[in-house]
Amino acid sequence: MPTVSVKRDLLFQALGRTYTDEEFNELCFEFGLELDEITSEKDIISKEKGEEKAKGASDTVLYKIDVPANRYDLLCLEGLVRGLQVFKERINLPRYEKIIPAQGEGQRLIITEETVQVRPHAVAAVLRNINFTKERYDSFIDLQEKLHQNICRRRALVAIGTHDLDTISGPFTFTAKAPSEIKFKPLNQSQEYTASQIMDLYRTDSHLRHYLHLIENKPLYPVIYDSNGVVLSMPPIINGDHTKISVNTRNVFVECTGTDITKAKIVLDIIVTMFSEYCEKPFSVEAAEVVYPNGKTHIYPELAYRKEKVKPELINKKIGISETPSSLAKLLTRMCLKSHVTGNGNNIEIEIPPTRADIIHACDIVEDAAIAYGYNNIQMTIPKTYTIANQLPLNKLTELLRLDLAAAGFTEALTFALCSQEDIADKLGMDISATKAVRIANPKTAEFQVARTTLLPGLLKTIAANRKMPLPLKLFEISDIVVKDPNTDVGARNYRHFCAVYYNKSPGFEIIHGLLDRVMQLLEVPPNEENGYTIKATEGSAFFPGRCAEIFAKGQSIGKLGVLHPDVITKFELTMPCSALEINIEPFV
Amino acid sequence: MSPSVAELLLQRLEREAAGPDGGLCSLEAAAALGLDHQTLVGAVKSLQALGEVIEAEARAATRWELSPEGAEVLRDGSAEVRLFRSLPAEGLPQSDAMKLPGGSVGFSKAMANKWLRLEKGAPGGPRVFRAVAEVQDGVQESLRRVQRGEAESLPERDRAELKRRKLLLEVTLKSYWIRKGSAFSTAVARQETELTPEMIATGSWRQRPFKPYNFSALGLPPACGHLHPLLKVRSQLRQIFLEMGFTEMPTDNFVESSFWNFDALFQPQQHPARDQHDTFFLQDPAEAPELPAGYTAKVKKVHSQGGYGSQGYKYEWRLEEARRNLLRTHTTSASARVLYQLARQEKFSPVKYFSIDRVFRNESLDATHLAEFHQVEGVVADRGLTLGHLMGILRQFFTKLGITQLRFKPAYNPYTEPSMEVFSYHKGLKKWVEVGNSGVFRPELLLPMGLPENVSVIAWGLSLERPTMIKYGINNIRELVGHRVNLQMVYDSPLCRLDA
Repeated sequence: MPTVSVKRDLLFQALGRTYTDEEFNELCFEFGLELDEITSEKDIISKEKGEEKAKGASDTVLYKIDVPANRYDLLCLEGLVRGLQVFKERINLPRYEKIIPAQGEGQRLIITEETVQVRPHAVAAVLRNINFTKERYDSFIDLQEKLHQNICRRRALVAIGTHDLDTISGPFTFTAKAPSEIKFKPLNQSQEYTASQIMDLYRTDSHLRHYLHLIENKPLYPVIYDSNGVVLSMPPIINGDHTKISVNTRNVFVECTGTDITKAKIVLDIIVTMFSEYCEKPFSVEAAEVVYPNGKTHIYPELAYRKEKVKPELINKKIGISETPSSLAKLLTRMCLKSHVTGNGNNIEIEIPPTRADIIHACDIVEDAAIAYGYNNIQMTIPKTYTIANQLPLNKLTELLRLDLAAAGFTEALTFALCSQEDIADKLGMDISATKAVRIANPKTAEFQVARTTLLPGLLKTIAANRKMPLPLKLFEISDIVVKDPNTDVGARNYRHFCAVYYNKSPGFEIIHGLLDRVMQLLEVPPNEENGYTIKATEGSAFFPGRCAEIFAKGQSIGKLGVLHPDVITKFELTMPCSALEINIEPFV
Repeated sequence: MSPSVAELLLQRLEREAAGPDGGLCSLEAAAALGLDHQTLVGAVKSLQALGEVIEAEARAATRWELSPEGAEVLRDGSAEVRLFRSLPAEGLPQSDAMKLPGGSVGFSKAMANKWLRLEKGAPGGPRVFRAVAEVQDGVQESLRRVQRGEAESLPERDRAELKRRKLLLEVTLKSYWIRKGSAFSTAVARQETELTPEMIATGSWRQRPFKPYNFSALGLPPACGHLHPLLKVRSQLRQIFLEMGFTEMPTDNFVESSFWNFDALFQPQQHPARDQHDTFFLQDPAEAPELPAGYTAKVKKVHSQGGYGSQGYKYEWRLEEARRNLLRTHTTSASARVLYQLARQEKFSPVKYFSIDRVFRNESLDATHLAEFHQVEGVVADRGLTLGHLMGILRQFFTKLGITQLRFKPAYNPYTEPSMEVFSYHKGLKKWVEVGNSGVFRPELLLPMGLPENVSVIAWGLSLERPTMIKYGINNIRELVGHRVNLQMVYDSPLCRLDA
C-alpha cells in the first residue's frame, strides 16, 4: 500500500479546518485511508541516521497516510484534499477540461518506428501558465515518484518526464537509438555523457540503478528530442538537464512513455488533473498531439468521462441497506462519482471522472456507495445459507492421529516446508536428483532453495536447536511434503507424511518400532503380510547399515524406519544416537 | 530388631526433666550413646518432622582440640623442655644448640623462661649453658588437661598462648539442645513413608504412623507428549468453522500456477504481488502443464478486454505468465479451484467453505514475518448475499475467537469489491488493530467460472500465527514456528480456549 507523506498544517489549511490527531484518524478510517504515522523530517532523520544528523532538520509535523493501491488520485496532497472535501460536501467535484489549441499551435510528439522494440507508447500534455510554490513543486515531484513506484511498476510500464516547455521547441520526436549515438547532459550533471556512459554513471546510484535493467540489454535506447535536437529525456532512466523544471517554470510539457498504453494514459490523466488546479485557468489542460509511426494521430490527455447506469435496488441489495435512489446518488457524488437519478427513479446515472480509473465495474460503484454510507452504519445480519459441514478426510485423519501420537508420549513439531537443498539431499547422503524436489527460482537465502521432500530434516533441526532439553527427545510431525509429479495440472503434488524421531543415549529402535505398531493398531492395520503391514530389512542412505527397514502396507511401500547413520547425525549437528520413522499416511484415508 | 537411634535418643531423653531447664545436649548425648554426632542429628531431624514429640534448639558451641603439633607435644614434651634436657652440663656453642631436639623454637622459649644462659664472650663463639637444674613441662601439662576435656579449667591467657603456638584449635560445633515436646513419647515408632501392599494385606497400616506429605512442593511432571500450540489454535479454528457449518476445502497443493493464484482471481499480470520480490517462483517445474482450456480463454478476455459489465484492465494478457508455477501466496487459489468446481455443477447450491493451510511469501523476515505462514480463510457462496451478511458472519466468527469489539474499514484487494479490513479493539495496546481482511468476490472472478449472475461470494481471511502469538504471549515468531521452536514453550503451553 503506498504511503503519502503530507505536512499536517498545509493539509489542514487546504481542508479549511484543523483536526486533532484522533479526529483526523477517524476521518481516514471512514474514508478507507490509514493514518499510519505522525512524524517529522527531524524524527525520520534521527531514526535513520542518529540524532546528531537530525540537528537543524525541520520539525514540521508530517502525516504519513496509507492510500489504497488503486487510488492513484489520492497519491498527493492536492488529490487527498479534493477527495476529502468532496466527501465532506465542502466543495463540488471540479470538472477537468481539455483545451485543444488552434490548428498548428499545439505541441506534437512524433513516435518513430524504432521505439517498437523497446518502449512503443507515448502520451503527452501541457500544463499552461502554472503557478508553482515550493510546496506545490515538491508535491509535483513527489507525485511522479509515487506513480513511478506504484502504477508504473518501478518505471517498467510507464515513465514520466516533465519539462520546462519554454526551454524547448516542438515538434518533439520519440525515437530509439544506439547508446553510443545518444549524448546529452543528464539532469543535475555538469557535463555531457553518452548513453553508455550514463548507464555506468548511475550503476551505483542508490535510486536510478534499479531502472537500468529496463533498457540496458536492448540494442536501442529510447530518447526524446526537440526540433533542435535537444534531449528531453532518455526514458525510463533520466531527463535532460536542459529542460529541467523549477519553482519558476510556467509551462510544463508532460510526457509519459511506456510499454502499457492504458497505464500511460491513466498516469498522464492523474498528473494533469491533480496539478491543473494551479494553472491560470484551473483544471484546464492543454492537449498535445501524438503522431504514430503509421501516421495516425491521437490527442492527449484523454480526460474521458464515462457514464454508467446502475439500478438503485442493485446497490441496496449488494450492501444490505434500503436507501432511496436520490440518497444513493448523493452518496456516490460524495465519492467523486457525480450521480443523478434518471428514468422515474429506476436508474442512477453515474459519471466516472478521469481521476477514477479504479472504477471498472458496477461493484466498484457499489463499494463507493457503501463507503459513503459508512461501513459501520450497515446493519449486520446472518445469512440464511443452510449447509452441513464436512471435514476433509485427509485432515480429519491427521487431526485424530496427532492426538493419539501425543498420547503415546511424542511431542508435536511444526517445521518449515521450505529448506535448503543440502537439508534434503547431502545431509541425508542422497543426490538431489534422486529427490524429485521442487526447486525455487528466486530464493533470497539458501533456506528457501527447495520444498521439502521429507519431514525428517526439520525434526532433526528442531532437536539440534533444543539440545539443552532433557533426554530423551521424542518428536513427531504430520504435515505435507512436495514432489514433482508430471501427472498433475501443475506438475507437482503434496503428500501427507508422518515422521517421528527418538533421540537419546541409545538408539531406541524398539521405541520407534513400537510407535509404528501403535499407529498401525490405531489405523486397524494388523501385523501380517496378507492384509496388514510388514517391515523388511533394506538399506537407506540416511540409515545405519543393517538398521533400516522398509514398511509395507495396503500393498505398497509407505516408508522406512531405522537407526540413523552417524554421518547424518553429525551433519545435523547432533551427538546422540537417533532412530526415526517416516511414512506416507494417504493410503489410510 | 535393635532400637533405632531415634528410639535410643527418646529413651535417654525420658530421664530428663520436662520444661525449659531439662534437656540434653546433642553432643553429650552422642558421646553418652557412643554414636557419631551427625547420626544423632539425623535422628533429631526425623523426630522433629513428627511434630511435637521433641523440641530441638540449634546451638553453636566452641570446643578446644589439640592440633597435630599439639598431639606431638603431648607425646614428646614441649620444644623448650626437649631442648633443655638434651643440653649437656658443659653447654654447647649456640649454633650447635640450635640443632638439638626442640630447635630454634625450643631455644627462644627456654631463653624466655630463663632456663638457659648465653655466654657471648666464650672462646669459639657464644655458648649456651643450663641456668637452672630442673624444669617442669607446663605446656605438656596444659595440653594433657585439654585432652581430658578440661580446657575450660585453663586460664584464658594460657589457651590463647597455646592457640597462638598452633598447638590448640578452637572448633565451632553445631549442636542441638533437645527437650521433651508437648507430645513426648518414647513409643514413637519409625514413620512409614508409603502404604505398601503388605500393610494392606496384613492391616498393619492401622498401627503404623505415616510420614506427612509436603503439599507445598510440586508433583512429578507426567511423562507425556505435547501438541504444538499453533496447531492447537488450528484445531480450535477448524472447530469454530465446523460449528458454523463450513466445509473444509482441499488445500494440499503448495505448488500452484500463476493462473490459479492470480489470473483466476482477476489479479492483473503486472500487479506488484506478482513481482519476484514478493513471490517464490519455481525453477522446476517452472510451468504448469495444464490450464483449464475454455475457462482460461474467458479469464484472458476479462483481463484484457473486460466483459461481464467490466472494463477489464486493457493489457496484453500472456498465457506464459499464467503458466508460471509458484508457491501459492494465499489459500484463495484453492478457494478459486473449489468455486470453479462449484460453477461446473449442473445446479448451483449454496456453500460455506473454509481452509487453514500454509502459504508462502518471498518477503524480508523479521520478528513477526516468516517466508511461510498459515492462512485461515472462510468463503460463503449464495444468492443475494450482502455486505451486511459478511459483517454479520464476521461478527459471529470473531465472537467465537473471543474478539467482540469489531469495526470495519474500507480497503482495497484486487479480487474483492467491496473490500473491508476488520479491526478489533486491543485492550492492551489501547488501540484498534487489524485482525483480518474480507470482501465480496468481484464479478470478473465469478462470472468467467460460470457461476450464476445473482450468486454472491463473500470471503475473509486472517493469519493463524497472529492470534496464536497474542494468545500465548509470544513476541518472536521463530520461537513458535520452525525448527528454532522452544520445546519448553511447547511443553508448557496451556489448553487453547479462545473465548475464555
